[in-house]
Formats: sequence, structure tokens, C-alpha cells
Amino acid sequence: MLRYIMKRFLMMIPVILGITFIIFAIMNFTPGDPAKLILGEEATAEDVAKLRTELGLDDPFLVRFARYVINAVQGDFGTSYRNRQPVFNEIFDRFPTTFKVAFFGILIAVFIGVPIGILSAVKQYSIIDTISTIGAMLLTAMPGFFVGMLLILLFALKLNILPATGISSWKHFVLPSLAVASVTMATFIRMTRSTMLEVIRQDYVRTARAKGASESRIVFRHCLRNALLPIITVIGMNFAHQLGGTVMIEAVFAIPGLGSHMVTAVRQKDTPVVMASIIFVAVVAGLMNLLVDILYTYIDPRVKTQYTKG
Amino acid sequence: MMSEPILKIENLHVIYKTDESTVYAVNGVDLELFSGETLGLVGETGAGKTTTALSIMRLLPDKIGKVVHGSITLEGTDVLTATEADMRLLRGSTVSMIFQDPMTSLNPTITVGNQIGEVLYLHRPGISHADIEAGVDNILEMVGIPAGRKNDYPHQFSGGMKQRIVIAIALACEPKLLLADEPTTALDVTIQAQVLEMMNELKDKLDTSMILITHDLGVVAQTCDKVAIMYAGEIVEYGTAEDVFNGKNKHPYTKGLFGSIPDFTKKAYRLSPIEGLMPDPTDLPAGCKFHDRCPYCMDICRTQNAPAIREGSHMIRCHLMAAGGKGEAWE
Repeated sequence: MLRYIMKRFLMMIPVILGITFIIFAIMNFTPGDPAKLILGEEATAEDVAKLRTELGLDDPFLVRFARYVINAVQGDFGTSYRNRQPVFNEIFDRFPTTFKVAFFGILIAVFIGVPIGILSAVKQYSIIDTISTIGAMLLTAMPGFFVGMLLILLFALKLNILPATGISSWKHFVLPSLAVASVTMATFIRMTRSTMLEVIRQDYVRTARAKGASESRIVFRHCLRNALLPIITVIGMNFAHQLGGTVMIEAVFAIPGLGSHMVTAVRQKDTPVVMASIIFVAVVAGLMNLLVDILYTYIDPRVKTQYTKG
Repeated sequence: MMSEPILKIENLHVIYKTDESTVYAVNGVDLELFSGETLGLVGETGAGKTTTALSIMRLLPDKIGKVVHGSITLEGTDVLTATEADMRLLRGSTVSMIFQDPMTSLNPTITVGNQIGEVLYLHRPGISHADIEAGVDNILEMVGIPAGRKNDYPHQFSGGMKQRIVIAIALACEPKLLLADEPTTALDVTIQAQVLEMMNELKDKLDTSMILITHDLGVVAQTCDKVAIMYAGEIVEYGTAEDVFNGKNKHPYTKGLFGSIPDFTKKAYRLSPIEGLMPDPTDLPAGCKFHDRCPYCMDICRTQNAPAIREGSHMIRCHLMAAGGKGEAWE
């Protein structure tokens, strides 16, 4: 098992390297001179040329890429062109906010979506199933920022019980989390419903019925664990996605998160910040996937046998 | 024989109703089974054998399968009108079922020990944890699996061992009636004999009655006291194993079944299988259901249901028998 986790860690290295290369190339080959951006419009050609040499911008592309990777491995991701601060200062400042919104959003979505999905499958074609199907379709059709604005309208402006923007107290996180939950919940409902339906038809569920097990025992003891694999995969993927920050929801609620940070950096062509943010998000997503894979082995003993063999 | 049968099925009719069509799966089955007896239920795929067994457990597919007629009495309980809670008490304790495919019949995420223990937990109220463990060890040893393996998961066992575990689950509460739905079909021939022998031993030891569903007449000859031959949802021949295997008369369909088995004591160039296919269960023919495949078909067979002709313990549902037993073609 430990060997497997180590192997997965090592496999992340080429992935991160590949992502780094792609982003570096994109940032490099799109127009805009960082030296000019730093010095401003009024800078002389001389000053610009001097800064370019200082930053090593005149070297060939591959040399610069190699230098970036070597520095990054040693923990030096450079400083922001904009405020001259080490890039990770701001990323680490903003990440907890993004994490909170994503975590509580996914938590709400799981605790509402998964039970609805189960109920929907157990009572297939019933009124409950129909309502949940329609509800899930509605949620899918509504973008997060739209739900966010509706939430602000209702809870902040009409009822005046929750703040609309900012992050200064836990209350500020309620509405953004609900918005994130609304985006992801539909997926969880549909996924849970379809995998549960599949599992309920399995022979071993019939065996459980033939033993005299009650309906709730069948659902929770015999079905749920078998249906969990695809469900946690989807949960993990959505969580990783939300951890990258959601520009729309951050914009609606004026949240200083990772998404808006990245968009600003891209717009300003602040290459070190863009690079560092994307590498950071990639590592987080990779770790998330690893976590899900490790969870697999606790849920399904067959997966564990597979891993411990290799 | 003894006074009251364990199981009594009268005039059972079961349909599967979907949006497109209605399948007439079981059409008037009568059965009786006494304590300790083994009944072989023989027939082609789709003859209604499994449906009959599922009806006894009241585990027909929800909303689709439906008993439209008849009655099933199990140990004095009317299965068709009992509450769901009462049925749950019967399932696993009074009547258990062994399903066809051991590969898919066990839950992959629960240890086999817990899967066996669950039956004890469900049917022995207030049983202690230690007693469950002891019971699991005991039943595992009975089916020939070392008790030390109870913490393993199903995927760590071979097919034959899985079927032994399925049998252990079915027998854990020493049921009065065991429904075995082709218990050996999915197994290797070498394992088949072992499993059958074991089932027979355990059945005798626990004094369980059994309905053995199969299409293998060899298996029936080895294990069964009584035989029912099913065709298109009806029992076309019924009697003791002696009646069916060595009786002087046979239903034409039974004859066909025997003709489909290679016999190495006789010189023959080909097998003589039954021509044609079983009738479409959504659109059963009038008269005797077997008439369009029957080599002895008469005019009356096409229009009128075949009568049940009894001779002692032997029953044959055929016009030919009614016409005096030995017709010209009846050898």
C-alpha cells in the first residue's frame, strides 16, 4: 500500500512538469513584454533593455524554461511582476478562503445530493424520483453566478439575514457555499441515483432479500458501499475543481479567492504568479485524486488486492 | 407419507407484465412437498422453473412479476397474503434459496463470515456476537471451508468455494425448505459432483426438503425423490423418480428430453433432440402447449388443453394418454 502511494507521488512529477511546460510556453509566446509592464508606459528603451537582461528575458526559450524549473525545484518560484512579492505569499493568503467556500459547498452538496439520489433510486419512478429529477435538471441549467445572485436577492436584500459580499465572518461564507453546492449537487444526485439503480439490480442484493433482510438494511448495508466508488470519484473531481477557485462565484460575492487572483494575473501578464497559481492548483488536484484512490481501497476490498499486488 | 406437506402450491399462475407485453411465465402449477423430500424441477430455459421458486419466496421482480391466480402455503403460512414483515421472517429461516451464479450472488464488499453471520443475526433475535461467530465457524466447516477464512472477501475464493459459501448462507438457519436454482450449472464438472454430494449430505443431516431446479436429468436421477417436468409454465409430467425414469409411459416432451442425452450403451449415430423452440410465452398457443413440437400431435391437441392423467403417483398431461395410453405412435 505504502509502495503504491509512493508510486502515485512519483507519477505526479511528470504531470506537473508537463503542465509547467505548457503554461510557460503559452505565457512566453503570447504578446506583451513583462519588462514594459513592470516599468510602465513611460519607460525608456534603455531601461527596458536593461531590465530584460536582468530578468534573463533575452535568453532562448528552453534555457529560460530550464532555469525556471531548476529554481522552482529549490522552492524559488520568483516574485510577482506587479508587487515584487514572492508569488506564494498571495496564493497562500487566498487559498484558505477558496478552500472554505469549496469545502462547505461540497459538504452541503454531498449531504443533500447523495441522500436524494439514494431515495430517488430506491423509489424509482415515484413522485419523489420525478421531483428530484426535475430539480437536478433545473440546477444543472442554472449557472453558479445566477444562483448566487438569486441567493443575494433573497437572503441579503429581501430578508436581510446574511451578508452579500466579503469574508469577514462565517456568515459571509453561507451564501457562496450554497452557490457552490447548487452547481455540484445536481451531478451528485444523478450519479448516486444511477449507480444505486445499477447496484440494486445485482444478484447479491437478491441474495440479501432472500436472507430476509429489511429494505433499509439492503440499501445501507448491501448497496451503498458498492455504489460509493463512482460517487466519491465525482465528489473528488468536483472538489478539486472548486479548489482551483471559481471566478464567477468569487466575482458575485466579491471574494478574494484563487480564481479572481489568477484571472487578474493573466490579464496583467504577471507570468510568475500565473505559473505558480496553476502549478499549485495542479498539485492540489493531483493530491485530491490520490486521496480518492486511497479511499477506494478502504471501500472496495477488490481494489486493495489489486494495489497491494503491484 | 406424513400428514401435512411443508409446501403446497395450487393452480399457480404468474405473469410478467411490461409496457409492451405480458409474459405468461407460470400457468397452473400444482406441487406438494413433504418433509425431507427432494423434488427435481426439470425443464428448458424459460419453462417457469425459477419463476415458481421466486414465487415461493415472494421475490418476483417488483412491479413486473405478479401472481394472478392460485395459492402457495408454506409451513401453514399463506405466502401470497402474508405481510412483508412476516415474509422477511420466513426468508432465510424457513425457506432459503441458492441462486444460479455464485460469482455474482455474494456481496463483494462484505467478508464472507459477515454475510453468513447476517442470516443468524436476522433470524435469531438477541443472539450474542460470540454465538454468531461460533455459528459461522460451524457452518463454514460443514460446507468444507476452513473457518479461518471467514474474514476473507468473496473475490479471494474460487467459484466452487463461492457456491459452498452461498450454500452455507442458505443453510445457516437450518431451513425447512431449500430452493436450489441450478446450483451447479456455473461450476466445473468436477466441482459439480462435489457440491451436489455435499448438498445432499447436509440436506439429510438437517432434514431439509429441497426443490432442485435443473435441466440436467443426470443430476435429478442422483438426488431426487420426485420429479416434475415443466414446459411453458405447466407441469407436464410428475411422479416419483422411478415413475419418470422407468415408468412404462412418458410424456412426449419427457421422451424428447431423454432423447437429447447421449447414451453410450446403445449404438446411435446422432442424438435426437426435440425439434423447434418453446412457444413464445407472450403468445402461447391454444390447446396443448407442446403440440407444434410433438411428433404424436393429434387434432384435439391443437384445440383443447391436455388433461392430467394419473396412474398412482404418476401424472402425465397429454391427450395421447387420455386416448387409451398406448396409441399407435405411442410405442
